[in-house]
Amino acid sequence: MAYSFPEEVLEHVFSFLSSDRDRNAVSLVCKSWYDIERWCRRRIFVGNCYAVSPEIVIRRFPELRAVEMKGKPHFADFNLVPEGWGAYAYPWIAAMAEAYPFLEEIKLKRMVVTDESLELISKSYKNFKVLVLTSCEGFTTDGLASIAANCRHLRELDLRESEVEDLSGHWLSHFPDSCTSLVSLNMSCLGSEVSFSALERLVARSPNLRTLRLNRAVPLERLANLIRRAPQLVELGTGAYSAEIRSDTFSNLADAFSACKQLKTLSGFWDVVPSYLPAMYSVCSGITSLNLSYAAIPSSDLVKLINQCQNLQRLWVLDYIEDSGLDALAASCKGLQELRVFPSDPFGAEPNVPLTEQGLVSVSEGCPKLESVLYFCRQMSNAALIAIAKNRPNFIRFRLCIIDPQAPDYLTLEPLDTGFGAIVENCKELRRLSMTGLLTDRVFKYIGSHAKKLEMLSVAFAGDSDLGLHHVLSGCDSLRKLEIRDCPFGDKALLANAAKLETMRSLWMSSCFVSFGACKLLAQKMPRLNVEVIDERGPPESRPEGCSVERVYVYRTVDSRQRLDRPDFVWTLDEDSSLRYS
Amino acid sequence: MEKGGGGGLETELRLGLPGGEVEKNEKKRVFEEFDGCEDRAAVHKNQVVGWPPVAVFRRKNSFNEGKLYVKVSMDGAPFLRKVDLTMHKGYTELVRALEDLFGCFGIGEALKGDEENYEFVPIYEDKDGDWMLLGDVPWEMFAESCKRLRVMKRVEENGVGLHAKDLLKGLSKED
Repeated sequence: MAYSFPEEVLEHVFSFLSSDRDRNAVSLVCKSWYDIERWCRRRIFVGNCYAVSPEIVIRRFPELRAVEMKGKPHFADFNLVPEGWGAYAYPWIAAMAEAYPFLEEIKLKRMVVTDESLELISKSYKNFKVLVLTSCEGFTTDGLASIAANCRHLRELDLRESEVEDLSGHWLSHFPDSCTSLVSLNMSCLGSEVSFSALERLVARSPNLRTLRLNRAVPLERLANLIRRAPQLVELGTGAYSAEIRSDTFSNLADAFSACKQLKTLSGFWDVVPSYLPAMYSVCSGITSLNLSYAAIPSSDLVKLINQCQNLQRLWVLDYIEDSGLDALAASCKGLQELRVFPSDPFGAEPNVPLTEQGLVSVSEGCPKLESVLYFCRQMSNAALIAIAKNRPNFIRFRLCIIDPQAPDYLTLEPLDTGFGAIVENCKELRRLSMTGLLTDRVFKYIGSHAKKLEMLSVAFAGDSDLGLHHVLSGCDSLRKLEIRDCPFGDKALLANAAKLETMRSLWMSSCFVSFGACKLLAQKMPRLNVEVIDERGPPESRPEGCSVERVYVYRTVDSRQRLDRPDFVWTLDEDSSLRYS
Repeated sequence: MEKGGGGGLETELRLGLPGGEVEKNEKKRVFEEFDGCEDRAAVHKNQVVGWPPVAVFRRKNSFNEGKLYVKVSMDGAPFLRKVDLTMHKGYTELVRALEDLFGCFGIGEALKGDEENYEFVPIYEDKDGDWMLLGDVPWEMFAESCKRLRVMKRVEENGVGLHAKDLLKGLSKED
């Protein structure tokens, strides 16, 4: 090996590679590069916690500093995954506590995290800096108290959208006076009141604090004092944005806001009193991201606010904005990149606000940089979708939810196949698509033919036959995640495309026409897939042949053992390929 | 399908339902129309799990899952009452509940536009402290911003009726 570089040189070169893809490529070059790379990898991302085991990770990467991981499938957000399915963080935390004493960052999404895990984290890693728990559950404020008390160099504590059992607000007071390292604190998902004086002191002694997201229990009267102590804030989430109308409260707040020259992101706004919105106007010209999706603000007040935010790049809002508000958005915010419109009354049978497909058409016309959309509405037409597709060929994410499942084109009463077909045909960079409405196999044919960069597809109440599923599995070259509910897709398409499933992260199908027999067959054929039948009605074998399973979740894994933490409603093929289950 | 034990799988793609053990219509049953049933919204909500796809976290934190009691006063009545706004899905239901509470009829008439034949004017105080006529904004927005309700009684003078707007004009910000 006369011409090879010394290890230290290679390691130094590799240190410039931050993307996982590049590092994975490097490790495939030859055995010595594989070895050098694995010793110097510091960060990993595990997209499915069951795709690999802690032992395998630790064996390969002995010196990690940051771990990011996802657990439950996305449809868990909509209660489609039964309670107790899995995604427990503890085995990972426990294994890593032994193996990585210098671990600094843990980021988990849709996992079950216990107080025990949090305590273990707080005591095992001397240099722990970053804890981000997105849509997690299973812990209480006691666990947070351990983190606050023991992590002396804590920089980030972010609990976005997690379900925390809120025993008391006392946890915040556990941050010692010596803790001055906080950069980001997101407690917006918590219910109870923390000590306001403790919070103020914490903010005052954290000169690097960039992100502060308060919870609903922090009243508006307290906000001014808090942000006065942190004029360097970049991201602010308010608490409840309501108070008695008093001019001194207003001017106090307006003053405090005007000192925050770096503010770029605003969120919170529970219980909003629109008269207090103008207190923020002084910062609006710098705002790039605005989350008003929990705020009931009438359209006229929204428009006044939006007109102040000319540099807006991201807007999350309720459908109270109405079509007219979206027209105003299209006129004012030419730099808009992402729009999410959520329903204020998702379960109502009739529309409660004048928000239709027209709002989305306007924004697609007026905002040339718009690339990411999530839109809830109650009617759609092929004409509108075609117009949107032609206006915005630069879409990367397009998620449309028409509240009434299987709603046809409201003008022609036809399926919305051609509309969505236009989207995939025109938007060649589309990576994520969610479809709703009346859809036949034809839309899947369009998707299979055109959506070559599509990585994630969500489908509900669509299609006529297995042909639909077959089009997607055989045509979408970049597909990584496919989630399907209530579609007439079954065994044939699944088994015909078994090999494809190993190239994807996961496939979810619930309330479809997949039989237990097909699941067993798939598991037998594809040893590197876990085929989980999630069925709460008892042993699938006890049902007549050809009967559909409630749900099936298929994912690739390098961990050859079946997962040991399966609950009794998850049925998988046993290791010796026999037809036993669970 | 079970025949495909060793080598290739038999695939026979055709248009139409595989298996056929579950009638397509059975699956669609959840979307049957209910004729004029007021509970249609509730039925929809209960029938399809996880639909519409609003994340559970968002649902829990947006729509008032708790109770929302507000005081209601009626001109001429000696005592105030309280109503729970979360118990009602819309203005019609609320008006009916108010009529039950005060033992009268016709509270909703003033909302019907240019009707002259009404006795009551239902109004509410919003978060900004303004008194508003019931019915202008979407129900959910009303429920979130309503601090209290009042049912005013129209007083006829010289046989000339007063419009709801005139009554509102006379109101200052009460405490």
